[in-house]
Amino acid sequence: MSDGPGRVGGDVLMAVGAARALVGARTCFVGIGLPSTAANLARRVHNPGLVLIYESGAIGAKPSRLPLSIGDGELADTADALVPVTEMFTYWLQGGRIDVGFLGAAQLDRYANINTTEVDRGPGRPRGRLPGAGGAPEIAAHCGEVLIAVRHSPRTFVERLDYVTTLGHGTGPGDRARHGLRGRGPVSVITDLGVLRPDPATAELILTEVHPGVTVGQVREATGWPLRTADRVGVTPPPSELELRELNALKSV
Amino acid sequence: MAEIRGLREAVADLIRDGDTVAMEGFTHLIPFAAAHEVIRQGITDLTLVRMTPDVIYDQLIGAGLARKLVFSWGGNPGVGSLHRFRDAVENGWPRPLELDEHSHAGMANRYAAGASRLPFALLNGYRGSDLGRRTTTLSTIDCPFTGQELAAVAAVNPDVTVIHAQQADRDGNVQLWGLAGVQKEAVLAAERVLVTVEELVEVLEPRPGGVVLPGWVVDAVAWVPGGAHPSYAAGYSERDNDYYREWDRVSRDRDVFQQWLKECVTG
Repeated sequence: MSDGPGRVGGDVLMAVGAARALVGARTCFVGIGLPSTAANLARRVHNPGLVLIYESGAIGAKPSRLPLSIGDGELADTADALVPVTEMFTYWLQGGRIDVGFLGAAQLDRYANINTTEVDRGPGRPRGRLPGAGGAPEIAAHCGEVLIAVRHSPRTFVERLDYVTTLGHGTGPGDRARHGLRGRGPVSVITDLGVLRPDPATAELILTEVHPGVTVGQVREATGWPLRTADRVGVTPPPSELELRELNALKSV
Repeated sequence: MAEIRGLREAVADLIRDGDTVAMEGFTHLIPFAAAHEVIRQGITDLTLVRMTPDVIYDQLIGAGLARKLVFSWGGNPGVGSLHRFRDAVENGWPRPLELDEHSHAGMANRYAAGASRLPFALLNGYRGSDLGRRTTTLSTIDCPFTGQELAAVAAVNPDVTVIHAQQADRDGNVQLWGLAGVQKEAVLAAERVLVTVEELVEVLEPRPGGVVLPGWVVDAVAWVPGGAHPSYAAGYSERDNDYYREWDRVSRDRDVFQQWLKECVTG
């Protein structure tokens, strides 16, 4: 999809949108890549007290530049506390101490279930191997809520996952409760085209906002299932000068 | 009691064909030098255990020394795919690779069970995931007190655990600090333990937050400064992010990888 007039890049819109979703959070479990960008942007612009928690064991990391890996030295050097990995996943994550979890996806279905394990590449070809689960199944289970940031395409937003790595809303309303999952699960999916949220009645992802210059038709085309929309689809406010400046600063230091 | 030894003889003595080997270090303190020594000695048919296979296992897998991989996240952190791992899984090159795949929480608990000499560990996890369908090391169990169903994961007890640490003294007492990963659990779960260190010190001074492993739980300590490169050792070196980026190109192509193996490891 080509960018329309005055549009900034899709990754910037995703990072800015995801950062805004962290306005009210106290603690955020951060993966590397876009989640880390968004969480650090949120700390600089919207929520200076936001506690960033990296699965490598850094609690309260305050990096001045974006780390390449979850274990970069600066995360450890700027953290409030360092904890071993076993403790991170048991006491802190499983213990229900973390408000927001941040996930990406190679495939996502209409109930925000996630595949990061393998994809079917068609007949005669072996399944394409992806990194796998990492912390995702338990992040989605135990964080108070989950944000998903992913680029919009029919290959990603699929009718049926090739593999269920991480449960979002399962098969629909009540399925998380049936599985005994504590957290609310995915509450928004932020893409380069707009924002999807689960319909409170059906748990199915519906389009609630588009980014400036994006049409509902474009989002439908980029979604592999018949996408439903909210009664009124909003438009996200464009990135402010402050957001863009801080984002650049994070990337260029 | 740990002996201070050369890396070559320590590897030859402690790691054998067919072993289950854990080389741990969560992004930090990854024992690359020891893995390269395993490649030079051609120790093979290994079951490799690591939460994040990282570039270190991509290299061992590409060298054809791994029969099986036990893991929870197989990517190049911040960069993308591990191409040698992918090639082995997708195409069986240079040999098929059996997988035992878990989540991070599950793997951390498997090491903790191993260190505790329990047959399995419990966690609240894996719910609704397909992960349980392909492994025999994940099951469920009902809590005897509340009836709540929990995930049960089999203990991991490596034949050998290899780690890199910042310091050891002449008696083989070891200390590491910074991001401590699952090294303590992996060491205490293992039958034999090899530690490479940045520095041998006369007196090991315990640091706040440091992990001290007494020499009597370690078999051998080898002095290998820079032995964690391209990962890093807090206080001694920085993570070589350019190496991780460059690995994407080196590992993508079989010939380029084999050239690298010859030039940089087996020489």
